[in-house]
Amino acid sequence: MEKQDGRETAEVRLDDPWYEALASDWGEPDGSGPPPAPVPPGSAADGDADSDIYLRVQRSAAFQEVRGRYRRFVIPASLAFFLWYFAYVVAATTAPELMARPVVGAVNVAMVAGLGQFLSTFLLAWAYARHARLRRDRAALELRWAVFDQEQARQTSGRAR
Amino acid sequence: MTGDHQTLALLLFSAFVAVTLGITTWVSRHRQGSAEEFYAGGRLFSPMENGFAIAGDYMSAASFLGISGLIALFGYDGVLYSVGFLVAWLVVLFLVAELVRNCGRFTLADVVAARMRERPVRIASGISSVTVSVLYLVAQMVGAGSLVALLLGGTSASARTWTVIGVGALMVVYVTLGGMRATTWIQIVKAVLLMAGAVALTTLVLVRFRGDVNALLNTAVAHSGHGGEFLAPGLKYGGDWSARLDFISLGLALVLGTAGLPHILSRFYTVPTARAARRSVVWAIGLIGGFYLMTIVLGFGAAALVGSDAVRASNAAGNTAVPLLALDLGGGAGSTGGTVLFAVVAAIAFATILAVVAGITLASSASVAHDLYASLRRRRSRRSGGRRSEVAVARLAAAGIGAVAIALSLLAQGQNVAFLVGLAFAVAASANLPVLLYSLFWRNFTTRGAVWAVYGGLVPAVVLVALSPVVSGSPEAVFPGLDFQVFPLQNPGVVSVPLGFLAGWIGTVTSPEPPDAAKHAQTEVRSLTGAGAV
Repeated sequence: MEKQDGRETAEVRLDDPWYEALASDWGEPDGSGPPPAPVPPGSAADGDADSDIYLRVQRSAAFQEVRGRYRRFVIPASLAFFLWYFAYVVAATTAPELMARPVVGAVNVAMVAGLGQFLSTFLLAWAYARHARLRRDRAALELRWAVFDQEQARQTSGRAR
Repeated sequence: MTGDHQTLALLLFSAFVAVTLGITTWVSRHRQGSAEEFYAGGRLFSPMENGFAIAGDYMSAASFLGISGLIALFGYDGVLYSVGFLVAWLVVLFLVAELVRNCGRFTLADVVAARMRERPVRIASGISSVTVSVLYLVAQMVGAGSLVALLLGGTSASARTWTVIGVGALMVVYVTLGGMRATTWIQIVKAVLLMAGAVALTTLVLVRFRGDVNALLNTAVAHSGHGGEFLAPGLKYGGDWSARLDFISLGLALVLGTAGLPHILSRFYTVPTARAARRSVVWAIGLIGGFYLMTIVLGFGAAALVGSDAVRASNAAGNTAVPLLALDLGGGAGSTGGTVLFAVVAAIAFATILAVVAGITLASSASVAHDLYASLRRRRSRRSGGRRSEVAVARLAAAGIGAVAIALSLLAQGQNVAFLVGLAFAVAASANLPVLLYSLFWRNFTTRGAVWAVYGGLVPAVVLVALSPVVSGSPEAVFPGLDFQVFPLQNPGVVSVPLGFLAGWIGTVTSPEPPDAAKHAQTEVRSLTGAGAV
């Protein structure tokens, strides 16, 4: 029941003019998994500083999940394209004979490798954007509002006292 | 090159200047005193608009004319440049764009200073950002000067000088009057023009060969004056080992430098959210990738249709390959089609330089006003009550940087443009990228680490260049008469980038103060969720 509520409010908030409506692209629901549990609300009455809110959010399971999803994509992908690019540059400078080997007609290994760099860049950019849209955006937005709520709660409780 | 080209090119270029000045006045018709408006253009650009603007900021005349020229002269070695310039965008997309949008307000230093003691970090990042920007600016303006000499036939020194001064004055007008909003629209107009020009020329080349790429490549080989090695790497960078290492160094600087260029980072603040920043980078990757693919066709097309020798005869560095190709595609010298196409290409090249120069000037004026002036003022403000608004300082700074860049460009007129661009990328990769990545991803990073990372990359990069064959000890050097060359490579990247990372690490582990866990939590949560983002 509580989860249901959290979901509804999150959907209402997507209409916030500061945040564009999330793309409801094909395959949106699958892969995103269940929405991560909202951050446990801290005891707002103790009037803790902003930094405590952030520390609490950082330790929450929901944030760890978002960070894990980001890192599990970005670290291997960065290593892969960097090594692939570095290998390409080193091969071009140290092994020109290999690069000059013909493949089809006038097209040689160097041409194929160069076009491969363009292609891998386009593919990785597309894969990253899709991964972020489907796996991170919704959870990140919910965390953003969780932080906002806690800050609001702290401010109102501070004013009440 | 007859007078017709020149008149038509001048007319088209004047039209571009008139349109952009019109945009500037239209956009600034409301008074806009806020920093949000001046540095970030109100933050409400759409991802597509910003994607075009990023592409406009990035695709300089050096790539349009320079890379195709390199391919026309040296074949495959020119392709290596375009690959490096494109792959660099994956670093920006994966590691920088969204996180910087979420954490910062206007500049690179905002991101770092959020975690650290503000003053030393802001001053260090401000200095390195201004250094990178001025180097890049000088490269573009030197390019403008030689372009005029090449395209309009005004080889006299005074024509160059007045072009450099005119370009500098125009960019100051754009930036001071229009701020980020006008600069962004100028980038968009320029990107559309540049893409349209490249698409038109590429189509004409492919139509000429009836879509047969094999025939295009074989004709290029036949007219290149080289054999089959024209299509393989090694003609330009295949000499001794220091030349090869030099190229690896350049490749490293290209791929890591883009993510440290201040005028690229500041573009992410013109969109409302990190999601929009990501989508604008995806747009930019599509546009930039398409553009560089077309420069490859244009380069081989110029070798095939104009011939490498004819290109070299016109300009030893190959910068006129595309204009000559346009002349040929339009029907040859003297024909109406040739004249029109040549003039269009020349005007697009001018527009490109103007737009890039305006973008860099804006970013560096933000660094001066928002980072350097704001930090230094805090100490002084106790004594003097009178405060000038930050935006007023930024406008003054834009004029000041314009003046400095004009002066330096006049001094550096003989320098190779591609080298100057490579140098700016090397400094950006050494001084800006390590501190940025450490701040975003390393829990234990400290203030001392941040300051050391900036200076530890900046100082070696600049010193190694001063000791390189670029400055002394070779016939093409800045001071050909002197010889204090110690470092063998032209590009310092392969040494100075690791030094920047190393200095940041040493500074952090020797730091007397413990890392601030709370501020790290704040940076990490904000960078990934957008909480508290402006």
